[in-house]
Amino acid sequence: MSIVERAKQTVQGAAQGLMKKAAELAPDRLIPGGKPDPIIRHRHGHVGKPASRVDGPLKVQGQARFAAEFAPEGLCYAALVFSTIAKGRIVMLDIAKAVSAPGVVLVMTHLNAPRLNSMPLFLSAAKAVGGDNLPIMQDDCVHWNGQPVAVVLAETQEQADHATSLIRVTYEAEPAITSFAAAKAKGTEPGKFQGEPLKQEIGDAEAALRAAPHRVDAIYRTPRHNHNAIEPHAATIVWDGDELRVHDASQAMAHTAWSLAQVFGIDEKKVRVTSPYVGGGFGSKTLWQHQVLGAAAAKLAGRPVRIALSREGVYRIVGGRSLTEQRVAIGAVEAGRFTAIVHTGATAMTRHNALPEPFTVATRSGYAADTFKLDVEVAYMDTLANTFMRAPGEAVGTFGLECAIDELANQLGMDPVELRIRNEPQKDPTQGTPFSSRHIVEAYRAGAERFGWYKRDLPGNRRVGEWLVGMGCATATYPYYRMPGGAAQITLTRDGRATVAIAAHEMGMGTATTHTIVVAERLGLRLDQVTITYGDSSLPGVVLAGGSQQTASIGAAVMAAHSALVTELLRLAGNDSPLAGLSADDVRGKDAGLCKLDEPDRHESYSSILARAQRHEVTVQREAPLPLELLHWSMHSYGAMYCEVYINAITYETRVSKQDHAL
Amino acid sequence: MNPFTYTQASNVNEAVRCASANHAKYLGGGTNLIDLMRETVERPAAVVDVTRLSATIEERRDGGLLIGAAARNTAVAEHPTVRAQYPMLARAIVAGASAQIRNMATVGGNILQRTRCAYFYDSRGSRCNKREPGQGCDAIGGFNRMHAILGASQSCVATHPSDMCVALAALDATVHLMSADGERAVQLIDLHCLPGVHPEIETVLRPTELITAIEVPAKGFAANSTYRKVRDRSSYAFALVSVAAALAIRDGIITDVRLALGGVAPKPWRAFVAESDIRGRPATEGTFRSAADAELAAAAPLSDNAFKIELAKRTLVAVLDELAGATQ
Repeated sequence: MSIVERAKQTVQGAAQGLMKKAAELAPDRLIPGGKPDPIIRHRHGHVGKPASRVDGPLKVQGQARFAAEFAPEGLCYAALVFSTIAKGRIVMLDIAKAVSAPGVVLVMTHLNAPRLNSMPLFLSAAKAVGGDNLPIMQDDCVHWNGQPVAVVLAETQEQADHATSLIRVTYEAEPAITSFAAAKAKGTEPGKFQGEPLKQEIGDAEAALRAAPHRVDAIYRTPRHNHNAIEPHAATIVWDGDELRVHDASQAMAHTAWSLAQVFGIDEKKVRVTSPYVGGGFGSKTLWQHQVLGAAAAKLAGRPVRIALSREGVYRIVGGRSLTEQRVAIGAVEAGRFTAIVHTGATAMTRHNALPEPFTVATRSGYAADTFKLDVEVAYMDTLANTFMRAPGEAVGTFGLECAIDELANQLGMDPVELRIRNEPQKDPTQGTPFSSRHIVEAYRAGAERFGWYKRDLPGNRRVGEWLVGMGCATATYPYYRMPGGAAQITLTRDGRATVAIAAHEMGMGTATTHTIVVAERLGLRLDQVTITYGDSSLPGVVLAGGSQQTASIGAAVMAAHSALVTELLRLAGNDSPLAGLSADDVRGKDAGLCKLDEPDRHESYSSILARAQRHEVTVQREAPLPLELLHWSMHSYGAMYCEVYINAITYETRVSKQDHAL
Repeated sequence: MNPFTYTQASNVNEAVRCASANHAKYLGGGTNLIDLMRETVERPAAVVDVTRLSATIEERRDGGLLIGAAARNTAVAEHPTVRAQYPMLARAIVAGASAQIRNMATVGGNILQRTRCAYFYDSRGSRCNKREPGQGCDAIGGFNRMHAILGASQSCVATHPSDMCVALAALDATVHLMSADGERAVQLIDLHCLPGVHPEIETVLRPTELITAIEVPAKGFAANSTYRKVRDRSSYAFALVSVAAALAIRDGIITDVRLALGGVAPKPWRAFVAESDIRGRPATEGTFRSAADAELAAAAPLSDNAFKIELAKRTLVAVLDELAGATQ
């Protein structure tokens, strides 16, 4: 996956030009030969014990304020008019009735919108996070059905919503490609992700496939998927002079702040994005046109603006997962060993985004095979830009791959679990690197035992009334990512309290609680002695809560900051301390102080250290080390999934009656 | 905004008088009308709340039922007599929507609910002859997997979404109406119209005519009846195809039968062709299959829903097989 590629590029860049900086970093505890993190050995602290969510009381009392719940003075409310054609030009915009409707503050269209730069497209630069790179309300062009063509600001949301219904738009439609078949007929292009081709070939897979005594060769299609987070996208936006403040629902605050600065042509430091609570992101809570339009309208009106998308609005202007058509072909010898894996096909994309749904990524490290042919071609459509959504690539790609393996098992008359185990690779089959951990065979065996897999009937043989009852299995997998940019600041005060500041996000995954636990564990504090401040782009770090990597990213930053803090504390402790002569690697946190790893009684409290040093507090800030571990290991999590499924022999209705997994 | 007045009626005459004076829409449980108002598909100047009108479920001396139009769907489905004597009706109701919606929805409102065709709802982005007569239909040639295969027209291919009505159609139910012109009654199967060139006209109701009650006659066959709904999810999903069926058999010969289909037509589809094919013939799968073929001979599939033809036939046969098995 190209997030890995990106990490590698960064690391390679470091190797070439930034060796000095890399050498200054603490020895990486995550690479082979590195000294393991002491927290792994210490298993009797906070980690692994149940703890209440630190923001739980706020949330259940309705006191946690989400993006659309801030009400600055003078607030007005935005509503959008969406285009109703897929491609063409706006010939006439009749806004007269809307302008004079009750409560309307202003109507913004391409005729009066301030000049704006296009959004920097997600992943086109370190902090770029725009969903598309089209001009936003800068001209009369329509690029997809649903594109915002007017913004109404009014004193209430109802007035704004109503006024949008009074706007009449006349279009001159141009031919548009809105079907995948038509898009493919126009021709496809090789899929590239961040400049890197998705195509990968090892050996001659087509020849191996032709020569194989057993083979499956099938097409698997997946539809478009819409994002449906429980909290629809929203932002409350305030200009204070040329400073922009956005209360956003975001999984990329620092990125959003930088990208908005590019759109408005202002200094990044003038934009502050806060987002302490987010009702689900799943890849969608990035920068889309609504934040830009809300900020532009707020500027034009000279008033704060709340723009809260309706559910329909999310479908119209926030992208989802694109559709795919995948060919999966597997060649195998009699005993089931794979001689060829072909996973190719096409996905739809637009000219205004750059994410071909990378459905082959999980196939790269799934199974051993003599030869591989992986490729994603792109067909272009005139639609809303697609984007990251809940395991982009893996979610739909494993569907094709795992189905094909089942087809092959059926053809071979072999237990599909056994067939998978027979093709278990010893190292990453396309990268050649060792697995950091895998344990998938154990997971399959343990899951099979628990699920009663070995008692199953052959396919089609068990019937309950009209229903055919069968069992199925599949491999679950998701890669480990750790993007560069993590940073953390820890402040320890003489009263033995720690505050950690980090530009992290909380989308329901428990960020504050998790890191409270980790920091308390490291420092030897109680949970109530640790405070995590987060959800603010002005805090340290450029962290994306995406790719399931935020915890790893900020965890590595917390490790680095903690290590620096301990070093500083030992320096302050000096020669009169029981800790005299010890280094950061020799000690751990215990009872609001430090002790020697193997001599817990050789201990001094933080308040004692700081008091003797005549310091009220000590603050350190560190960046996470570069993700070198990704160069050395093939890092993924794995699981074995089992289910029991009823299929009605008359209607073909499909119902999952039982599902279990071993991870 | 579309301001509207709200009045709660305490009796039928008051409801009709109030509605006639204000060109009102009647409001039952609000599970469909309120959605449509939010989407600006419906823009009534006035609504008259009729949920305080009769909700009683009265058992008549002849064994039939008279159900007040304000009866909640759940109340009907849970009524002991409905469950024992009209299992098809109880099953049809609980197959619809969710428990929360059934608790709110009234019988009268259920009958008058409007199609869930997405193009009908998309008031700003799609053409719809039902919403804007003469505008055109984007469902034809659009995403029409859920749409009609029977009784549709070049103007409209939307389906009627009710499950309950499919059972009522099979049970020969009568709908009692009241308007400023007085009372009348129509058969449920005559209440809804096929779209033809006027899909905006959905029922034979006159303006501000009110449904006051539904009468379900006593029929011997009703106890041997069922409702089967085929759908993508087992809950909270509209029917791809549904079948309401009742069967009476004597000495292996079918003496009486009632069949209605849901999810396939602009109205609850009484399968008269299949019924007349089956009546008087032996209760065999061959009989059922040829009747199903005959009923669906007129089916006209759209681009995405040809599967419904075979699905409807299979489901009809399976349901009749099940009922025939239960009586033998």
